[in-house]
Amino acid sequence: MLRIRKLRAKVGEKEILKGVDLEVKTGEVHAIMGPNGSGKSTLAQVLAGRDVYEVTAGEVVYEGKDLLELAPEERAREGVFLAFQYPVEIPGVSNLYFLKAAVNNVRKARGLDDLDAMDFMALAKEKMAALGVNEAMMSRSVNEGFSGGEKKRNEIFQMAMLDPKLAVLDETDSGLDIDALKAVASGVNAMRSPARAMIVVTHYQRLLNYIVPDFVHVMFNGRIVRSGGKELALELEQHGYSWLEELVAGGEPVNASSVTPAATTTPLGRRATAPFNPAQTGGPADREPAR
Amino acid sequence: MIEVKEDLFVESLQELEGGLPGRGQRWVRDLRRSAFERFADLGLPTTRHEDWKYTNVAPIGRIQFQPACQVEAEDAPGSLRRLPLVDLGLPQLVYINGRYSLEHSTAHSLPSGVKFRSLRDLLETGDETLSGHLARYAGYGKHAFTALNTAFLDDGVFLHVERGAVVEQPVLIVFLTAAGETPVASQPRVLVLAERESHVAVIEVHASVGEGERFTNAVTEVAVEEGAIVEHYKVQVEAPRAYHVATVQFHQARSSTALSHNVCFGGALARNDINSVLDGEGAECTLNGLYLGRGSQLIDNHTELDHARPHCASREYYKGVLDGNSTGVFNGKIIVRQDAQKTDAIQSNKNLLLSAGAVINTKPQLEIWADDVRCTHGATVGQLDQDSIFYLQSRGIDRAAARELLTYAFAADVLGRMKVAPVREWLEKELFERLS
Repeated sequence: MLRIRKLRAKVGEKEILKGVDLEVKTGEVHAIMGPNGSGKSTLAQVLAGRDVYEVTAGEVVYEGKDLLELAPEERAREGVFLAFQYPVEIPGVSNLYFLKAAVNNVRKARGLDDLDAMDFMALAKEKMAALGVNEAMMSRSVNEGFSGGEKKRNEIFQMAMLDPKLAVLDETDSGLDIDALKAVASGVNAMRSPARAMIVVTHYQRLLNYIVPDFVHVMFNGRIVRSGGKELALELEQHGYSWLEELVAGGEPVNASSVTPAATTTPLGRRATAPFNPAQTGGPADREPAR
Repeated sequence: MIEVKEDLFVESLQELEGGLPGRGQRWVRDLRRSAFERFADLGLPTTRHEDWKYTNVAPIGRIQFQPACQVEAEDAPGSLRRLPLVDLGLPQLVYINGRYSLEHSTAHSLPSGVKFRSLRDLLETGDETLSGHLARYAGYGKHAFTALNTAFLDDGVFLHVERGAVVEQPVLIVFLTAAGETPVASQPRVLVLAERESHVAVIEVHASVGEGERFTNAVTEVAVEEGAIVEHYKVQVEAPRAYHVATVQFHQARSSTALSHNVCFGGALARNDINSVLDGEGAECTLNGLYLGRGSQLIDNHTELDHARPHCASREYYKGVLDGNSTGVFNGKIIVRQDAQKTDAIQSNKNLLLSAGAVINTKPQLEIWADDVRCTHGATVGQLDQDSIFYLQSRGIDRAAARELLTYAFAADVLGRMKVAPVREWLEKELFERLS
């Protein structure tokens, strides 16, 4: 479904993606983990078509098409969905109007008729009920005054409404308490399907307890430096990201595409340096550059 | 009368003189003469005048406008019916080419407690209430266009809301001007007198028939007596070759409330002066405004809030959207007199520039003579937010539609503050169409 090869991207003069390789097949759920500044959110934004990032090399093939050639709205209509790390507040635009326009644009691209107001509301109510989204939200402005949890839930609600083929979830867990996290995760899990692929970008292993990935990739300094099964996430949790620095510095074989999941359970004879402490990272000051 | 030789249009207005109402009334004669003398002294403002720095009205002086009342307005009834608020069942007062149209008005449906008289009739017969209020609020000493309007007082509205009357339905006033090949001028006048503890909403609409050049010079005075509430809506949707100059002047007594909504969409050049004197303790005034400029339109809004007494509050919220090569001007003056302690004034002007050729000149102007006051002001000029555009695009909405949607949301925010639903709904639709 998606093949990323040697992808490089920069913002201004600063190169952030330095040759990313990744292949995702239909039905798979991939997690991308990595410390702040590793480029994982940039990768998500580049896939959605954010133009502040300039792609300098490499290719992204999605369903046989050159994804990088498509405008952001065309990507959405082709079934690519990005759940934003920081959903944008849009005062004055009601969720209802916005989402109806979005759904009908995507439907049109798929050769389907517009949903009329009644059918749209019926669908929206069904999805809202499933996700525990308050119906009053529909008449509010997009994300305006929403709590962090409400914003993230709204992203997943939009995903459910748009029914994408490839969903990219960018730090959907950040800022959520455990109840909100469970609600969001169950919404995501309900959408797992053999016809859909997901890329879950996260800083923490916690989310992956609830959304269990088929594959885990670790990004560091603009590259995927390690790939594996879901155990890799636990390993990272145990050793912290500083472990990666040592790995990379030590010149271990880290090329993701050459490593199969089974082979990546490394012997953990190394001494972990500082234990991974989520409380010390991920604050606003640690946001990835040039969002 | 005094000759003003350089102004062609004054010459043609003078043709009206013999037909002006109230020539038998001494106070009317004196008022006209005094106003004309003042206009002759002032002349049309030039851009050397600080209040007219960005707004060049010289083109108005170069056109030989014919008094609109002398021109047949054949298409007016059809155009009138197409105006969204007309014939909705609101009491409506219709003026076609400057003159009251009995046929299209429904003054009879005004509830008890509200008296309406067409100014032309009342000037002719004379009226003590009228002479006690007309031209007492909108001073013509400094404003040439107000002087001009007063010098040629002809027809308009006198709405008298009696003590304690609460008028449930808003009163619609329509000034419709028809212009074809001959440029026409009209100078409508409105006086609203809201007596103690009364409440009324007035919707003043300026609209056009035909595409010709026209000049509208409107003056509205609103006297808000103690504890009274007046909501005034001014909607200007004139044709692209219209010159529109208007003053709305409130005078507020103790504990009164004035609410102004000023929506400016049409015309080649539009200049509004929306002012209030808060002349009694505890008075409150809100001025909301929305202007939309396209092509080479020039839209100038000047406001003046004169806090003359203690414990008054004013809120001002103006937004502008400027596209093409249009120019916007916002000048928000707040005067706090020495006596006006505990004044609470907040002013905001936000502008969205949609093109490289669009210009906005925005200026707060604070004159504060009291020491215990709160006055804040803020002006912003910006473009559409790229993050918001991308967010909408990422949901399948194309870039052009995303821009329209965000522009609409920015502007409709002002309309959302309108209480009278039919006006708000009409203008939301009108806004949407103008942005598409």
